[in-house]
Amino acid sequence: MTPTAYAFQPARVTERRAETEGIYTFTLQLVDAGARRRYRFRAGQFNMLYAFGVGEVPISIVSDPDEPHALEHTIRLAGRVTSVMTRWQVGDIVGVRGPYGNGWPVETAVGRDLVIVTGGLGCAPVVGVINYVFRRREQYGQLHIVHGVKRPNDLLYRDRFDAWRRAPRTQVHLTADKPDKSWHYRIGVVTDLFDELQVAPSAVVMMCGPEVMMRYAARALEGKGVSDEAIYLSMERRMECAVGLCGHCQYREHFVCTEGPIFAYRTVKALLGVATL
Amino acid sequence: MSAGRVRLLPKPALDVLLAHLWRLGYRVLGPVVRGGGVVFDEVRLTSDMPVGLRDEQQPGSYRLVPGADGEVFGIVNGPGSLKPSFFAPEETLVEVKRQKRGFTVTDVEPMTPRVAVIGVRACDLAALLIQDRVFLGGRFPDSHYGARRRDAFLIAVDCTRSAATCFCASMGTGPGATAGYDLALTETAEGFLLRSGSDAGESLVAELDLAPSEAEAVAAARARVDACAAGMTRRLETADLPRLLYDEAEHLRWEQVAQRCLSCTNCTMVCPTCFCHTVVDVAEIDGNMSRRVRRWDSCFSLEHARIHGINFRPKTAHRYRQWLTHKLASWIDQFGTSGCVGCGRCITWCPVGIDLTEEVAAIRATRAHQGAG
Repeated sequence: MTPTAYAFQPARVTERRAETEGIYTFTLQLVDAGARRRYRFRAGQFNMLYAFGVGEVPISIVSDPDEPHALEHTIRLAGRVTSVMTRWQVGDIVGVRGPYGNGWPVETAVGRDLVIVTGGLGCAPVVGVINYVFRRREQYGQLHIVHGVKRPNDLLYRDRFDAWRRAPRTQVHLTADKPDKSWHYRIGVVTDLFDELQVAPSAVVMMCGPEVMMRYAARALEGKGVSDEAIYLSMERRMECAVGLCGHCQYREHFVCTEGPIFAYRTVKALLGVATL
Repeated sequence: MSAGRVRLLPKPALDVLLAHLWRLGYRVLGPVVRGGGVVFDEVRLTSDMPVGLRDEQQPGSYRLVPGADGEVFGIVNGPGSLKPSFFAPEETLVEVKRQKRGFTVTDVEPMTPRVAVIGVRACDLAALLIQDRVFLGGRFPDSHYGARRRDAFLIAVDCTRSAATCFCASMGTGPGATAGYDLALTETAEGFLLRSGSDAGESLVAELDLAPSEAEAVAAARARVDACAAGMTRRLETADLPRLLYDEAEHLRWEQVAQRCLSCTNCTMVCPTCFCHTVVDVAEIDGNMSRRVRRWDSCFSLEHARIHGINFRPKTAHRYRQWLTHKLASWIDQFGTSGCVGCGRCITWCPVGIDLTEEVAAIRATRAHQGAG
């Protein structure tokens, strides 16, 4: 009998790093040497992580695909399962199955400018792809990192944004909807930032965040001449099985876990108008 | 009554057929009455089945009433489809055992013996072929479904009468069985006209030593199935359905049906194709072992589309739209077939009698967006 699609592998926690309050990055290594050797993933794919006796959650792999033996996952304490996971310590054995999902179009984007748009709380999938691009910086053109938060406190990884800002051929655009005195970046929503953004029509856009933000951002970028095929959105839905069987992540005709989570704007444009599909 | 020679199986010989299947090692399931409705469960004798009973079905209503004397398959259907026989309502997929360091993961193989099912209607056969596409046709086939399905032996029964809730003719799935069976029966007053639909079926027939059926009897039986199709009053207009439901995602009708819908999940439980499920951890009390247990789930449950901080379908209107749009439209994009076979169960077993054919007709009659055609 072929194994069930729901079977997972034991993996060891080899590093635990606190990012900010309630957010931790764990490095995992598959225990089985053969499985570890065979494991490959693409930037933007995710694993299902399992906590013994508690359950599973889908978590993006944020480390580099060229180092598939050490898998980094950033986990935010959000619910029952992640409250257990964020207590994981070095040496703990956890469950991993994957990788799943389609990943970012990092090959398509080679030689072109990149616009990364995120909104809301720390968006792990884009941190992974930004790191990916920095490790291959010569392969890409201008890099625009556009990030909007509601309140200044929602800006996670402030130090990373500062480091990215100092890098060559890189622009960081930050905005807050409800700023306070500590905020010395732009004020407003993400789409307001596009006024000042010089984007080549040949650029590739990758975005992640609240659907309404992505909808307006995609529309604005299309208005700047970027093709709806070159704008990619990371869609969020309840991914329980990751293999397109359980039905939870359906987004009209799409199974987000197997066809996504990253979709070309052209594919989902008609769906974005209805928030409750 | 297409391929192969048609034989006559006299009524008393049905017991011989059942006994033969048990001897071959099958667990034989057939229609039986449980709690006032028909489901598939073990049958050893014809008399285990609801002989002489018929069903009266209406939206939100199901009654068993006296039918024709000696009629074995007089009841069209009940709340139980074939679905639970292959896609278990609850089963353990994986066992995780705690070790000194970490844990071990073991696949749990389904221990059920191979099944033979008698009395399968054309709609339920069509539904099973749809479930095959869902569970076995993708990149990640479901091993548990596959293990149960692989050796199943299916004996279909053509429908010669329909329930008032049936609309298989408009879905192109019935009332006669055309594919997916090993044997098919048409019940007549004298016995059953029997035809085989597979090698396994043909070799079983060979062992039964049956006489061929008269050509007139075959023609008469076919006429009764055709009359059943012609007499089916309920229908679903399937033309352009995906476009209609996609375009009308914000039609007022969704809110209106939501005022009646109790979000009870009955329609999805009795539906022979609904496949949503959830997998939960069930830990032993000593904490040394945990099972990953799969259970049927429903898109009508409040949790179905919820993630931390967001529920994508918080209202009944969203969830009813999801169910109907998936069943009749996005299913076609996903699996190349409608998810509806016209069995009518969701109409009968809806406690408030919501009829999907009526909902679609209402949306079609008042569509805001004109289709391409």
